[in-house]
Amino acid sequence: MRSLAERDPGTPAARSDRTVSLQIDGLPVQVPAGTSLLRAAVLAGVSIPKLCATEALAPFGSCRLCLVEVEGKKGFPASCTTPAEEGMRVRTQSDALARLRRGVLELYLTDHPLDCLTCSANGNCELQAVAGTVGLREVRYGTSGQSHQGAAGDDSNPYFAFDPSRCVVCSRCVRACEEQQGSFALTIEGRGFASRVSPGPGGRFLGSECVSCGACVTACPTAALAEKSLVALGQPQRRVATTCGYCGVGCGFEAEVQGERVVRMLPSREAQANLGHACVKGRFAWGYATHPDRITRPMIRARTSDPWREVSWEEAIGHAAAELRRIQAGHGRGSIGAIVSSRCTNEEDWLVQKLVRTAFGNNNVDTCARVCHAPTGYGLGQTLGTSAGTQTFASVEQADVVLLIGANPTDAHPVFASRLKRRLREGARLVVVDPRAIELVRAPHVRADYHLQLRPGTNVAVLTALAHVVVTEGLAATRFVAERCEPGAFEIWREFVARPEHAPEALEPVTGVPAALVRGAARLYATGGNAAIYYGLGVTEHSQGSTAVIAIANLAMATGNVGREGVGVNPLRGQNNVQGSCDMGSFPHELPGYRHVSDAAVRGSFEADWGVRLDPEPGLRIPNMMDAALDGSFRGLYCQGEDPVQSEPDTRHVIEALQAMECVIVQDLFLSETSRWAHVFLPGASFLEKDGTFTNAERRISRVRRVMAPLCGKADWEVTAALSAALGHPMPYRHPSEIMEEIARLTPTFAGVSYAKLDRLGSLQWPCNAAAPEGTPTMHVGGFVRGKGRFLPTAYVPTPERTTPRFPLLLTTGRILSQYNVGAQTRRTENLRFCGEDLLEIHPQDAADRRVADGDLVSLTSRSGEAVLRAHLTERVQPGVVYATFHFPETGANVTTTENSDWATNCPEYKVTAVQVARAAGRSAWQREREAMLRSPAGEAP
Amino acid sequence: MNAAKLVAMANQIGDFFAAQPDRRQAAEGVASHLRRFWEPRMRAELLAHTAGGGAQELSPLVREAVEMLRKG
Repeated sequence: MRSLAERDPGTPAARSDRTVSLQIDGLPVQVPAGTSLLRAAVLAGVSIPKLCATEALAPFGSCRLCLVEVEGKKGFPASCTTPAEEGMRVRTQSDALARLRRGVLELYLTDHPLDCLTCSANGNCELQAVAGTVGLREVRYGTSGQSHQGAAGDDSNPYFAFDPSRCVVCSRCVRACEEQQGSFALTIEGRGFASRVSPGPGGRFLGSECVSCGACVTACPTAALAEKSLVALGQPQRRVATTCGYCGVGCGFEAEVQGERVVRMLPSREAQANLGHACVKGRFAWGYATHPDRITRPMIRARTSDPWREVSWEEAIGHAAAELRRIQAGHGRGSIGAIVSSRCTNEEDWLVQKLVRTAFGNNNVDTCARVCHAPTGYGLGQTLGTSAGTQTFASVEQADVVLLIGANPTDAHPVFASRLKRRLREGARLVVVDPRAIELVRAPHVRADYHLQLRPGTNVAVLTALAHVVVTEGLAATRFVAERCEPGAFEIWREFVARPEHAPEALEPVTGVPAALVRGAARLYATGGNAAIYYGLGVTEHSQGSTAVIAIANLAMATGNVGREGVGVNPLRGQNNVQGSCDMGSFPHELPGYRHVSDAAVRGSFEADWGVRLDPEPGLRIPNMMDAALDGSFRGLYCQGEDPVQSEPDTRHVIEALQAMECVIVQDLFLSETSRWAHVFLPGASFLEKDGTFTNAERRISRVRRVMAPLCGKADWEVTAALSAALGHPMPYRHPSEIMEEIARLTPTFAGVSYAKLDRLGSLQWPCNAAAPEGTPTMHVGGFVRGKGRFLPTAYVPTPERTTPRFPLLLTTGRILSQYNVGAQTRRTENLRFCGEDLLEIHPQDAADRRVADGDLVSLTSRSGEAVLRAHLTERVQPGVVYATFHFPETGANVTTTENSDWATNCPEYKVTAVQVARAAGRSAWQREREAMLRSPAGEAP
Repeated sequence: MNAAKLVAMANQIGDFFAAQPDRRQAAEGVASHLRRFWEPRMRAELLAHTAGGGAQELSPLVREAVEMLRKG
């Protein structure tokens, strides 16, 4: 449960422009119409006892404790289910109410263990607090009820325990699972005194439909559902408001701690990104921060075959700087570069790109956004004018139609998925464009109206076919287009998409999607009211990733679905700070704020502030760095918090490139796969150890606050600053807030951002400047950032990756709920209990053709290489398509992916690889090589 | 840099701009993209490769763009 110190008004806020006035205990109160009496009372400073009511959930009216008296009305209505009305006079305290409440509470306590002193909720239990408030002094019926006391508990979930003896059957957990999470995993079994919370037919949480989001635990008013960490450690002493370090939703959390030890992470109700909800990763999977695998001392070695040697910070930084300068002296200024992590803060990302542009003297800086949303930057920049999602997450609550393309939010962006599912339960319509039958195609109380189950690699064909229907059936928003878009470009595009070869019928043989479904989906999107597009890496990670993003923007503009609530183009960012790392200029062609390095005026503003001349030419992108390493012109890399050996495609190519370099500097929490090819290891700090900001997928800048001191003694920004100083470019910041001052000074979209304002307002969505001092929730209102919206033709060009008799299947890759990207964090948590290995999803027919059974180890081979992993037979994938995760380095999933990439940005084509699958005879060659390396002295920490 | 890979990448860029009806603008689009997104050594390698007989590996549109780059 939440801290009792938090004010809980008991029921959600009402949305109404009309105000009603009433009196509660003689106090005048004004609230929006529809507000419950319970909430009205709390807002007026009057507390009413309650158990089944909490602000996050709709009123339920079951506990019979929040009874009140209303003048002129008979009986004792429950204040949680009674709306405030004009002129009401309400009493919350009377002898009759006190008797009723004591009587109800007595019944609860007949069947509740009265062991408060040894209960994990002691001091923070709503039942205990209510008993104190109503003045209960005896339980006339005794306390030996056996309906719940003595019932067996359930410890199966790794993060929380269920103790039914402490349950008061208030249904808050069941309702939280339904209303907040949308999983409907919990139910109340039995009737009367025998009523009991149950996680499905199996009766145990682990193995049920529960997704371990923790909403039930947060909602529980007693210790019936409690975090195991809280049970083990006791109640926290203080709270620190911070931001999650996992996906691009950027949930706000209260880190509840004892000293510097985290007791639990509670999702913040005030945080606009998540409104009190969380997922299994943010809520529970933070134990990696203190995992014994953490490397906390700097290390160096001359050759990657040597064992690591621990050294002082001074020696490590000095050695790294000397090596970088030696390489530049021998091979030129452009022979070194850096990779910025999208998991680090804005301030840390800012410093690394500044380091490259000032101390390295080039633009060879790139971010792991290269492998995910770089096409978003290009595509939205070309059409709308800037690289940003257009909406807030709250906007989905106004959407009538949602077009979900190449995204699987229930796994990858679960807190947003819960918000989306709620809107769908309210009646919004859904179109899913995905090669797989993702959960949202059919989930509890959610069913997609259309599932366009296309062949991998044909996004652009489907999107252009949707546009064809819009244009040829007269569904375009001609007035919007005329007012807001370039007329000439629209005419060219309109003529292009209207061609017969772009009709759904003509493209059906290419996409595999029945034309009637495409036509139906297009009509729904164009005519169903507010229509919003949400998309993910299933759009971007293709050879035509940028073209697909452009096609999405075209579609939104053509139907007038940009520039207001409930619509828009919304890239779901993969990592916590993908948006921020891009904003901070972590690209080789752009300075912060998406301004090209060739712009002399922009360069001039930085040169004046930084006191150096900047390179006007674009630098190398990550794949270009690897290629340049192999031709000998790129020999030194500073890699901050990124693991390209595991996350980049074509692993062997990446390793060959790293082997060709003379100095690889890795800054990370753990000995990553890339660190095995490194010469310098600089320990990193987890999100719990740093101050700064993250920017989420809705452009929301939120504070990250230090919960505990960095285990290695330095925050990441301090390490970068030390390296810069050693290279002759001092960075004399005293705190990340001073870095943000510099960001605001030099980046127009961040001009109004400061730590003081963030502390005051909680978060800010950029652009935040003089025109929008408190930020910009919705972009392109009244006009596009680039002026007029720009349509561009989007010709479908098949990927060069084709199936052949040798490689007859198409592989797509992705991530799952419990693991996160390369798994460096989640593999070091109890999330392993949910998923302990990568799996290959294969259709039962394809499996039968290969005599593969569920659970068999199979060999996955492509023209790039081989991986061995276990098969999972499922009809979620269509025949001819297989799907693998890449969370476990021992699998080597990316050994099989290819060098194909997006034409505009070189974002790798992870989503289309021609492969063959067969029962495995043993481990792959890659796996054997890796294991041999791990066994060598070079593979171990000192 | 691997010339074959650079040629393939350049042709990919050409495939996108080929959809634009104005040939001159399409070629300028390719050239501009190469200027704004390719690091100088990549452009130099592509120019050197095509000057040395590799121009036939490029699509006609990209050949035009490369000539624009060559002229500065």
